[in-house]
Amino acid sequence: MISRRELLKRIGLATLAATLPSSQAFALDGSVVLPFENGKRPLVKYPQKRPMIGLTSRPPQLETPFSVFDGGPITPNNAFFVRYHLADIPYSIDPDKFTLEIKGKIDRPLKLSLKDIRKLPAVELVAVNQCSGNSRSFFEPRVAGGQLGNGAMGNARWHGVPLKAVLDMAGVKAGAKQVTFNGMDGPVLDTTPDFVKALDIDHARDGEVMLAYGMNGEDLPLLNGFPLRLIVPGYYGTYWVKHLNEIAVIDNVFDGFWMKTAYRIPDTPCNCVEPGTAPKATIPINRFTVRSFITNVSNDARLKARKTTTLRGIAFDGGKGIKAVAVSTDNGATWMPAKLGHDLGRYSFREWTLPVKLAPGIYDLRVRATNNAGDTQPMEPRWNPAGYLRNVAETVRVTAA
Amino acid sequence: MKRRLLFAILLIIVLALILKYGAAAAAPVSYNLPPETAAFKPGPNLDVVMNNCTACHSADYIATQPRGPKFTADFWRAEVTKMIKVYGAPIPDADVPKIVEYLSTTY
Repeated sequence: MISRRELLKRIGLATLAATLPSSQAFALDGSVVLPFENGKRPLVKYPQKRPMIGLTSRPPQLETPFSVFDGGPITPNNAFFVRYHLADIPYSIDPDKFTLEIKGKIDRPLKLSLKDIRKLPAVELVAVNQCSGNSRSFFEPRVAGGQLGNGAMGNARWHGVPLKAVLDMAGVKAGAKQVTFNGMDGPVLDTTPDFVKALDIDHARDGEVMLAYGMNGEDLPLLNGFPLRLIVPGYYGTYWVKHLNEIAVIDNVFDGFWMKTAYRIPDTPCNCVEPGTAPKATIPINRFTVRSFITNVSNDARLKARKTTTLRGIAFDGGKGIKAVAVSTDNGATWMPAKLGHDLGRYSFREWTLPVKLAPGIYDLRVRATNNAGDTQPMEPRWNPAGYLRNVAETVRVTAA
Repeated sequence: MKRRLLFAILLIIVLALILKYGAAAAAPVSYNLPPETAAFKPGPNLDVVMNNCTACHSADYIATQPRGPKFTADFWRAEVTKMIKVYGAPIPDADVPKIVEYLSTTY
């Protein structure tokens, strides 16, 4: 396999790559300025991680520097984003003593060791994990919550066992409605609701939802859920419970805070409301909206006029798979189809490329993906009070000279 | 004499086995978080804020929130109320206006 650097040289883009500014302004004092008001963040170094954009330190929340997404469709473990809700996180985990408990409306309550789980037939899947609040800081009007740029997403090859296999071992009883998932991380105060998430029983048994112990050929990093986490392909990261050690089958709809009150989206056809207003009814957040990004050209980049520049980037959706990516150099008036890269599966980032040749001037480059269900990205941003689901066709303003 | 030697050798083997597998079983993966980088800015009632807020989260939770005309006292009052009602923070009623004053004049 040739490296991206080598590939760049071969197609004559080395000069372009060398002159492009990176996606964030890296300051000399080890900080980053994200492109929104109050967007200065420290670059921080955590165990098993390269320098990451620090959002909060306790509990830790780390964002991936956007330039990482230009390095290939798989996000390296040491650059993968980190998101916790509650500060009592496990600092020491003994994989030999770790157990996963399966309880509730089942025939055979189970306590599985990591060894037991590793003995089961393994599966692999490439899937994007994206925080519900990824890109929240670009909402206008701004909303409260973790003020993230576009770096709370990542794509990895997950290795583990289907949740279905474990539920079948336990024998789900008739009348089961949902399955709840709890991890070793928890609240500091007893009065704070523990972070517990739920999936409908049919979803939990679809054969794709996975208990993963491997990520890109290694153990999960500690901050990404070692030794075991839930993988819910196509669904927002809130469901991907880390340090997963307790699964319960229940015969009702789970009414814990993190399902019933938090992580809700408007129950309207666009899952959006008029900016600044509150929805009348809400539903739990679920599948990713369709998104795409240009990764090799950032805002305010200067391109050589009348020379071919190959734009490239990534696209993904909630699991239908990407059908097409189009790029506009005239702010959406006309569109050119991009060439899609290797297909790593319908839950993965899909790479795309498109050569463009621009006359001197200022351009608003737009990128827009469409999935196999025909869903695409709006030209104007949609709004909801929690700052979820952002998927406007992104704009990168460049100057050709 | 011979039996004593045999016994000693056996003892050593058993101890070695206990050490080996005992050690393997007690090999947790551990790490420390780097020191917190964010500090609360100086401002009125800082002691009240430190007492009520820092048990559960670091100061950057506050410092990174949006700024502007919509993010003044009402916004911060709603956040403090959320901490009490939703996250169960045991903040005395008398401290609420002090915390709101600090947040809205400092951030």
